[in-house]
Amino acid sequence: MLRIAKLPIVIFAVFIITFPWIASQIPAINHYTDIMVFAGIYCLITIGLSLFMGYAGQISLGHAAFYGIGAYVSAILTVKYGLNPWVCMCIGMAVTAAVALLVGAPSLKLKGHYLAMATLAFGIIVFIIFNEETEWTGGPDGMAGIPGLSLLGFDFSSVGRYYYLVWGIVLAAFVFTVNVIQSGTGRALRAIHASEPAASAMGVDVSRFKILVFVYSAVLASLAGSLYAHYLNFVNPSTFDLFFSIKLLIMIALGGMHNIWGAVIGAGLITFLSYEWLYYFEEFEVIVYGAILLLVTIFLPKGLAGVPGIVKGWFRK
Amino acid sequence: MNFVEEENILEINRVVMTFGGLMALSNLNFQVKKGSIKAIIGPNGSGKTTLFNIITGSFPPTKGTVRFKGRSIEHLKAHKIADRGISRTFQTVELFGNMTVMENVMLGCHTQVRTSFMASGFVLPQSRRKEKRIRENALKILKFIGLADKFKDSADSLPLGEQKLLEIGRALASEPELICLDEPAAGLNETETHMASSLIKAINAKGITVLLVEHDMKVVMNISDEILVLNYGQKIAEGLPEDVRNSLSVIEAYLGVEA
Repeated sequence: MLRIAKLPIVIFAVFIITFPWIASQIPAINHYTDIMVFAGIYCLITIGLSLFMGYAGQISLGHAAFYGIGAYVSAILTVKYGLNPWVCMCIGMAVTAAVALLVGAPSLKLKGHYLAMATLAFGIIVFIIFNEETEWTGGPDGMAGIPGLSLLGFDFSSVGRYYYLVWGIVLAAFVFTVNVIQSGTGRALRAIHASEPAASAMGVDVSRFKILVFVYSAVLASLAGSLYAHYLNFVNPSTFDLFFSIKLLIMIALGGMHNIWGAVIGAGLITFLSYEWLYYFEEFEVIVYGAILLLVTIFLPKGLAGVPGIVKGWFRK
Repeated sequence: MNFVEEENILEINRVVMTFGGLMALSNLNFQVKKGSIKAIIGPNGSGKTTLFNIITGSFPPTKGTVRFKGRSIEHLKAHKIADRGISRTFQTVELFGNMTVMENVMLGCHTQVRTSFMASGFVLPQSRRKEKRIRENALKILKFIGLADKFKDSADSLPLGEQKLLEIGRALASEPELICLDEPAAGLNETETHMASSLIKAINAKGITVLLVEHDMKVVMNISDEILVLNYGQKIAEGLPEDVRNSLSVIEAYLGVEA
């Protein structure tokens, strides 16, 4: 049975809960809580993407689009129509689910490179829409004045509170996804990854499962997009470009695609690299990402999440 | 022979299959009796695997009908056919190499027990109960095929003989009424071949109808109730093993005509 150990999840939860306090004690990393909010938002996307790519063995180069749709639905409905942000978030997820269903149904019949190309094209189309539909999206200038979040009088405007909101959602999504992986559904997904003919001969409705996971990962990305919009109070198209889709790929490749923990580790590391540690590289940042992707695929095909296994192997010898 | 009743579980009627200009099967007719073991033999490229792929829904036939338990299934997709009660193995082993032996068999139970995405995400009690039932079921099958002590191993790590057994086990897990075995003895040594033969007999003794493609004549002659011979997509002989063995056209197809 594929069992995902519970102890690391508990340790991880404790780390997440105590992190803002730890960060506040050390002046040099005071602002890390803010970066962790973004790490959490990206983590939400990579968790779904890990299930779709690592477990079900599919590929998507268009998840930035789902992230963007969530963000823009939230932005447009709150700024232009004054709707409740939570309602907008749900509408965003519903819209994204519908779009993912429409895009996924035909394109998930494709495999490998062709699926990559189809999702890539979808991502580019959506990016163009964000840029060109100026009346709705504000075009390249973006949209400002997106309200923050509050619930029953409790205001999530401070960094610390938003941190707990985001990571609370991430933890819930993580546990949900872990449960799926350990269930018959997860088994069916891994079977699809290994052999589609055998999976369907065993009664697995391959296309239905693929679409299901695609929609699930898209909905998580949409939720992440809404959280992003309400945190920054501003969105513009460049956040949701092709490079972001690729960055998501680098995150799960670095963390380890075949392990749900890889999604968390990769999202965390890449977020800190791009927001903090690679600051001095400026435009050359891209080269560093390229190098990371290259080195990881050559030397750590299972990503950082595979390192414990490698170390264990050394001790066995 | 242990026919439960003289009733056809599978009927192939006027099936034609063309790939581009190539006619892989031309106007094929035959029946499989419920509870029997039927072998399909023929030289390479005679259309045996194509026939299997049509029966199990990998692709529909160009023309003709396939009836299973009296209902036509030729338009159904593979997973729907699995639901109806037909299971299969593959000529080149198609195990889930990324999973354990146990998980492979558990996946075979997919048709029996299905959990929704939401139910599995929230770990509802019903999904937990189902998992438990699947696990018990899978263990029973592993004992039946003799791989119970390897349940934790990765399917990739097994030797070919055991991989073939595991494929049969996985196919059994879906509790089929008809099991299609594509060359179960290919690549096996004598001991393994013997084990595979007795396993097939044991499966048949459970009341499961067996349709078999096999090149090993010893296996075919030993265990089949009936044999169908294909050559270039056409039926050239059908009948009891001893009749087929002596059929002139079969000898010709395999050995060529004496000049």
